[in-house]
Amino acid sequence: MISQSITATAIVLAKSAPRRRHRLPVTTTVGVALLALLILAAIAAPLLSGHNPETVETARVMGAPNALHPFGSDVLGRDVLSRVLFGLRVSLLVALSSVAVATLIAVPLGLIAGYFGGWLDSLISRSLDMLLVLPALLLAITLIAIVGPGSTVAALAIAIIYLPILARVMRTSTLVVSRQEYVLGSRSRGASAWRILSSHVAPNAIGPVIVQASVLSGFALQLEAALSFLGLGTQPPTPSLGGMLADGRDVLTQAPWVEIYPGLAIALAVVAFSLLGDGLRRALDPTGVAS
Amino acid sequence: MTALLEVDGLTKTFAAGGPPWRRRFVHALTEVSFALEAGRTLGVVGESGSGKSTLGRCLLALSTPDAGSIRFDGADLGSLSRSGLADFRRRVQPVFQDPYASLDPRWSVGRSVREALDVFRIGSTLDREQRVRELFDRVGLNPELAERMPRQLSGGQRQRVGIAAALATEPQLIVADEPVSALDVSVQAQILNLFRDLQRDLGVAAVFITHDLSVVEHISHDIAVMHLGRLVEFGRASEVLARPQHPYTRSLLAAVPPAIPTRTHPHN
Amino acid sequence: MTASLALDGLSVGFPTGALGDPRIVSAVDGVSFTVASGEIFGLVGESGCGKSTLANAIMGLLPTSTIITGSARVHDAEVIGLSDAALRQMRGNTAAMVFQDASTSLDPTWPVGDQIAETIRAHQSVTRSEAKEKALALMTEVGLTDPSERYGDAPHRLSGGMRQRIVIAAALANNPKLLIADEPTTALDVTLQAQILQLIDRLRVAHNTAVLLITHDLGVIAQVCDRVGVMYAGQLVEVAPVAELFANPRHPYTRALLAARPGAQSGAERLAVIPGQVPDLSEEIAGCRFASRCPRRIDACAVTPARVSLGDSEVACWNLPTGGTE
Repeated sequence: MISQSITATAIVLAKSAPRRRHRLPVTTTVGVALLALLILAAIAAPLLSGHNPETVETARVMGAPNALHPFGSDVLGRDVLSRVLFGLRVSLLVALSSVAVATLIAVPLGLIAGYFGGWLDSLISRSLDMLLVLPALLLAITLIAIVGPGSTVAALAIAIIYLPILARVMRTSTLVVSRQEYVLGSRSRGASAWRILSSHVAPNAIGPVIVQASVLSGFALQLEAALSFLGLGTQPPTPSLGGMLADGRDVLTQAPWVEIYPGLAIALAVVAFSLLGDGLRRALDPTGVAS
Repeated sequence: MTALLEVDGLTKTFAAGGPPWRRRFVHALTEVSFALEAGRTLGVVGESGSGKSTLGRCLLALSTPDAGSIRFDGADLGSLSRSGLADFRRRVQPVFQDPYASLDPRWSVGRSVREALDVFRIGSTLDREQRVRELFDRVGLNPELAERMPRQLSGGQRQRVGIAAALATEPQLIVADEPVSALDVSVQAQILNLFRDLQRDLGVAAVFITHDLSVVEHISHDIAVMHLGRLVEFGRASEVLARPQHPYTRSLLAAVPPAIPTRTHPHN
Repeated sequence: MTASLALDGLSVGFPTGALGDPRIVSAVDGVSFTVASGEIFGLVGESGCGKSTLANAIMGLLPTSTIITGSARVHDAEVIGLSDAALRQMRGNTAAMVFQDASTSLDPTWPVGDQIAETIRAHQSVTRSEAKEKALALMTEVGLTDPSERYGDAPHRLSGGMRQRIVIAAALANNPKLLIADEPTTALDVTLQAQILQLIDRLRVAHNTAVLLITHDLGVIAQVCDRVGVMYAGQLVEVAPVAELFANPRHPYTRALLAARPGAQSGAERLAVIPGQVPDLSEEIAGCRFASRCPRRIDACAVTPARVSLGDSEVACWNLPTGGTE
């Protein structure tokens, strides 16, 4: 009877297995494509722009967009397109590296706090809470006041701001996974804590962190722009999206293109990251929601 | 004959919230004592909150009792060395309730079965693969299913995988916490049959924790009835079910749904 | 006797599959039966047999993409294809539903008494104080001691059994003609289960309510039901008075299900099992859906069996065993 059952099962599985495929919604595809486009554009900035973003051209001060300068020129006559492309480069680099650094520190902290609990958890969680209660921008500004402005410092500040958020997500997710019976089973089969954490808990708990990191990357980009807008992030003459917003603010009525294009770049990047995060959420569910 | 498992005065209390100065406690286990001989199956019955799952966790050394002792094959669990505990883990294996939660969704089911062999470095890689195939066969699964992911198997198949994983290290005792309560009747019958076969063919002892008296009746040699953390009745299965001594056992038996309809005059 | 619920050829299909390969999961296939007022009709089957889908179809709780055909009449009014407004009018009024998990069917932030009163005010023109009075009366009726004390409690302050009593009180608030209870006792311990089943039994007599009791547990069926329908893979294979079903199960699936229970044959070493697996309902299955696992399969099973009456039972099978249990 059992062999019969196996045959029947094999047939059912053979039929159903190939039909299981992940179909991501259109919005995710749009998000991924948009982000890929932005990153490619940032990487290929020197090839695409055709102008030096820092070259001042007095004859083209606040020049309207034309064939040679499709996004127009800014208050110093610099090409807005090349500045947007190069600015995007810096902004994406700061956003991604800061979130990457935060994630790399947050994951082990969250794992340890969530899995071992007790005083270790209290120590890690309380320390992170202290970071969390400080207003984000104030924290960044204080750090910059001590160390001095620059994109590296901005990235570091952003990493510190997002570290507790990511660690907290990792901790919660670890708590949930640690209670699963397969983790209990692994423990009672004699597996070491290191083995359980690395092969069961971390792979199953990391999903929400990746989703969160993707969404935070968009916010990090915004935060970098805000810091640069305030003159605390990327320093001139290096182009940055936030800095360009600051430049364009005074000439908004005469030369709106100076403001619009960097603003648009920021908006697109944030939307792309959040669509990506949404798609990752669906893709990273190993159980397959629909089935 | 000495017992394989001796539990003596086991007590466990959990803090159940409330501020530190007025903390409420749940007495999950109070002075629980019993013994189980090799090759026998003990059915532990109780309702939710009876402490039966806490007992299971203590028996698997996943939870440390506040007082009392668990002796396995003469050795006290509380005073085991590191290697002694590893040896214990090899000889006592768990089977869990939820076939959907007891397997890592990212691991092939074959890898889950192999886990204990990997942990204890039993045999060569090739030996382990061979052993996994044997185990799949043993629990009535086609060995080719070993490459599949848990989501590709039915609930009954997953529970068979869970049992195969428990058998990997040839344990002397299996602690099963509600292993059939999440399964449909017809699938449950297959898994209960499998447990009967394992009892007969492998002589493995088992602690079978369940809320379902009809399951206990079918599978156990001995029965322990738990109520609010205490063991209220213990004895041979046939004896306890035929002549329950404790009032709680009687009320539990009375509440069991009848096997055939009780209503003699259907309402019209 | 009027039927409070009459199903005629009710079928439910869920569109699924990928673009270019659309499929329909046939979750319920041509189910017909009636439940009289004051009767408890048990619907039994294993997971995925369509029993809960059937209940949700009657209550209009399925997504709009669902394909529902056939007819379901509650108190002589067709409910399939009703507008949202008409469904809202029906739900909690002529037909009410009790779900498995009482802790999620109550709003955790609301006092339990107000949740009952709310249901009353949704369908009756009464003042707040009248609704509260009625709610308190209902709480007494479902056996809650000290209702005025309990009225203002949040759900989490009550035990699982008390919560299920509150849910039942809310379901009965407007004297429904039909009460659908979907695994109402599955989350409860046996002693509580017995109490809740007795409560449902008592209330249907007092209110002359028709009860559709959905369960996977044959013990629950044996305890309170008058008649039983057995479902397998979306089809209703047998309908019989409860005593008849247990004494003379006719359909091969019903027999297999009864034999698989531990304790069905006392002293038996092994339990009877059903070989094979439930068929994939997104595939086109011709004829009887149990055929692939059936020990009595014949060629005729490739055609959907007609329901035949045998004494008080109705069975859908081409090759019925004669005589009693094997």
